[in-house]
Amino acid sequence: MAEENRQPILEVQDLGIDFGGLTAVNNLNMKIYPEQIDGLIGPNGAGKTTVFNMLTKVYQPTRGKIFLEGKDMEKLNPVEASHAGIARTFQNIRLFYNMSVIDNVKTGMHNHIRYSNFDAIFRTGRFRREEKEAQKEAEELLEIFHLSQYASLTAGNLPYGQQRRLEIARAMATRPKLLLLDEPAAGMNPQETEELMAMIREVRDHFKIAILLIEHDMQLVMRICEHITVLNYGMLLAEGTPQEIQNNPEVIKAYIGD
Amino acid sequence: MKRKLNVNRNSAVSYSIVIALYIALSIMSASGLLGRKYSSLLVPVCCYIVAAIGLNMNVGISGELNLGQAGFMSLGAFTAVIVAGALNFHGITAPALVLLICIICGTLVAGFLGWLMSIPVLKLEGDYLAIVTLAFGQIIVNIINNVYLGIDENGLHFSFVNNTLQMQPDGSVLISGPMGATGVKTASNFTAGFLLVLISLIVVYHIMYSRNGRAIMACRDNRIAASTVGINAVAEKTLAFVVSAALGGAAGALYGMNYSSFAATKFDFNLSILILVYVVLGGLGNMTGTIIATTLLVVLPEMLRFLSIYRMLIYAVVLIVIMIVTNNQAIRMKLKALRKGKAGNGSGKGASVNG
Repeated sequence: MAEENRQPILEVQDLGIDFGGLTAVNNLNMKIYPEQIDGLIGPNGAGKTTVFNMLTKVYQPTRGKIFLEGKDMEKLNPVEASHAGIARTFQNIRLFYNMSVIDNVKTGMHNHIRYSNFDAIFRTGRFRREEKEAQKEAEELLEIFHLSQYASLTAGNLPYGQQRRLEIARAMATRPKLLLLDEPAAGMNPQETEELMAMIREVRDHFKIAILLIEHDMQLVMRICEHITVLNYGMLLAEGTPQEIQNNPEVIKAYIGD
Repeated sequence: MKRKLNVNRNSAVSYSIVIALYIALSIMSASGLLGRKYSSLLVPVCCYIVAAIGLNMNVGISGELNLGQAGFMSLGAFTAVIVAGALNFHGITAPALVLLICIICGTLVAGFLGWLMSIPVLKLEGDYLAIVTLAFGQIIVNIINNVYLGIDENGLHFSFVNNTLQMQPDGSVLISGPMGATGVKTASNFTAGFLLVLISLIVVYHIMYSRNGRAIMACRDNRIAASTVGINAVAEKTLAFVVSAALGGAAGALYGMNYSSFAATKFDFNLSILILVYVVLGGLGNMTGTIIATTLLVVLPEMLRFLSIYRMLIYAVVLIVIMIVTNNQAIRMKLKALRKGKAGNGSGKGASVNG
């Protein structure tokens, strides 16, 4: 898939991070192209979530550079990384549990709604117009993620599978260029996983964004991803198409042992 | 759409309760039914409601414990006293105008100090924040307790030591150290209090159900997730803190303009805790509940006066009972079912008659 003449949306160069004396990730190089679904896999403790935390600037990398659409992300904090166009979900779901499902999505639109507190207090025309637009956009997102029927429910009361979907919907509400999914299928039954895969493809096709996902469900990864990066002990072990990865002896060794 | 309806219903319930209470109490007060004891509580109740609504913005919506609301009230109250003194000295005495200017000034001063405070304070979280707000409340009381301030034709005179104001004979002393504010020309009345409650409610509801309101609640529920959708938690918490402080100031200004004299010690730690109790018993984030709880808990000690020395004992028992009832899942479910049953009967009367 990775044609040479295409511009990558995200480029990671020699990325590394140390926690005290422990090197969690080292010398990582990655390129993610637009409208591509990428997989980031590796055994437990390989540093996958750490990579996500560096890409979203929750952690500041010790070494290396991250470029989003050619722009260096070194000086950004997590809030600015979100503004720049990176959205994510979490391994352990982090929703706004006491807010309604639709408000969770609207909260994701925070930076696209521009009215001021003055507009809000005096309920100006601008407030009404922008809130109406946000409501419409949120309803559309809920529709895509099959959550319309739960719109007014408190997010904490949603079943587990729906909570995962809501988290993706909220991430999409920020209108990202790159979506990071941290184990989206964790805890899902086979049928839910099947639905999730269809949904991830739909999101890519509908919003034309790049997706990078961490997943332990190899079937899902091999079926949905067009390009895969394998991490082991914080280092790049292999990368390529699902077929290449499946037949790579290094990868098999890392997963199964000698 | 459903959610939107809920929102409107929530605020509509609050507005109608406030308006209904105002009309009922005004009539009762005018006809003498209320008696002097309770009539004199009307304005203080409005003050406490406004302060409590503000505090609920910080504690309930933003989820940060604030133990210094009385400090912001005292700022508002003493700002009002100074402003009113200055206005009176320059011949502006129309009570409504003086009160309006005083409340605006009290709100601005408390809001501004709240903003100044939020810069260092909101770097802290949880218990530490509570401790700083507690200290702030104490500091304000102790500073004002030592202030002597008067006005004459040369302007304001200020001193930390008694009898050094060196005023012209036509001047008047506004704040007299531990004695507090003296010679205030009262300007507050129940209608003003009612309007202030209504305005506070509108401001708080309109912020709650807006872009920033959602962001404030998002930071309360999950700060990390909020930052990854591009919300600056410090800015949002500052907003909640400043609104809370400003409403505390407005409440204080109304309070200050209701008494001809009052001491700074009126706004001590106990008052902060009392307002926090109103908020917690009314329900975190629940403005209607806050209004009801405040009204009941301000009036209750007066009603229990016949118990003489057992008064505060019974007051405490009532507080505990309310807490148990409002936090008991089983009782809440029953209340909910009752309410639903009522609504069902209203719309489907035919069915129940047939049955």
